[in-house]
Amino acid sequence: MSDNKLKPAPLPNEGLPPEERGLFCDVAPREYEPAKGIVEDFYNWARSESLWILGFGTGCGAIELRPLMTSRFDMYRFGIQPRPTPRQSSVFVIGGYASVKTLKRIVRSYEQMMGPKFVIALGSCTINGGMYWDSYNTIKRIDQYIPVDTYITGCMPRPEALLAGFQELKKIIKAGKGEGQNEYARNFDWYKANQKKVIKNWNMPDYNW
Amino acid sequence: MNELAEKLAVRYGARDWHDQRKDLASVMVDILKIRDTLAWLRDEGGYVHLSFATAIDNIERGVFTLTYALRNHERGHSLMVHAEVSRDNPSVDSIHLLWGQGWTYQREMKEWYGIDFPGSPRVDEEFVLEGWDQMPMMRRDFDSLAYSDATYTERPGRVTHDPAAHMKEKLYPEAAK
Repeated sequence: MSDNKLKPAPLPNEGLPPEERGLFCDVAPREYEPAKGIVEDFYNWARSESLWILGFGTGCGAIELRPLMTSRFDMYRFGIQPRPTPRQSSVFVIGGYASVKTLKRIVRSYEQMMGPKFVIALGSCTINGGMYWDSYNTIKRIDQYIPVDTYITGCMPRPEALLAGFQELKKIIKAGKGEGQNEYARNFDWYKANQKKVIKNWNMPDYNW
Repeated sequence: MNELAEKLAVRYGARDWHDQRKDLASVMVDILKIRDTLAWLRDEGGYVHLSFATAIDNIERGVFTLTYALRNHERGHSLMVHAEVSRDNPSVDSIHLLWGQGWTYQREMKEWYGIDFPGSPRVDEEFVLEGWDQMPMMRRDFDSLAYSDATYTERPGRVTHDPAAHMKEKLYPEAAK
């Protein structure tokens, strides 16, 4: 990112107490500028072949991630492995329904992940609310709050479906279409407004980097 | 067990003893005597274990029915002690001094139904919800669907079928016409 662009106004971080505001990031995320031609292709190939997923089960669907780690389905042969913290991960698997309480943690974890980052949303709950369509505390569409690269349908999807979803994500990344991070930076205000509409007790920085 | 029913009736005015199973019974007491009843059952009756405590919104009668599930391990018998409290300004004696875990259930009931338990530790803190600003959501006059529609964005294209009509059409297409 070149420095001659106009510097945007710092984020207000109004959810934090005044004495803590200086401790956190007050800059909105910026778009990633891809390298030129074949170099970016090489980067994308490398990214797609080492998908490190954030080991954070956000809903019941996360139970389907466990079989993937064992010998029967063995996701490691596709270059997929779980990581313990958002900083080390490149893929966030939203494991089914997301309550408002979990959504807060999802947003926080997603923003802490290093770019380029991708999101797989599994289960019908992430798509249209699924069986929680009338719940007072469960969001209906995860793509209103963080960008989603690919969905895996089912309630729940089988481990095979998850592997197929990861293969689909690889194709998206290799084609250079894994643009979730940039989409988030471009529409940051819209995402933030949606998040703050449902997360009523916003007591964290506006951008959790 | 009828001996216990009589004792409870004489001491605390308990009524409506009902044997659900050989090892499960229920009884109704007055809300003002609920704490004394539970204390006596624990100390004298052998019902030393509080399995859970919860509430039921009987909106038709304008009351919350509180349910305390006790267990007598020596006899292998469970007893559900019910008590009714008015839906307007409900306030009930705390049992956290009888059973240490009682305050957790009471905090839950405070958040979900709005039943107050004065003196119960941390009863006013949030339990499972964060930043909830509506009426307690387990009250039956809370409209979950309306709140969900107003708060969360819906993805267009979702359809609902009546299960009976849908299966009839699928299995017996001639009859459906």
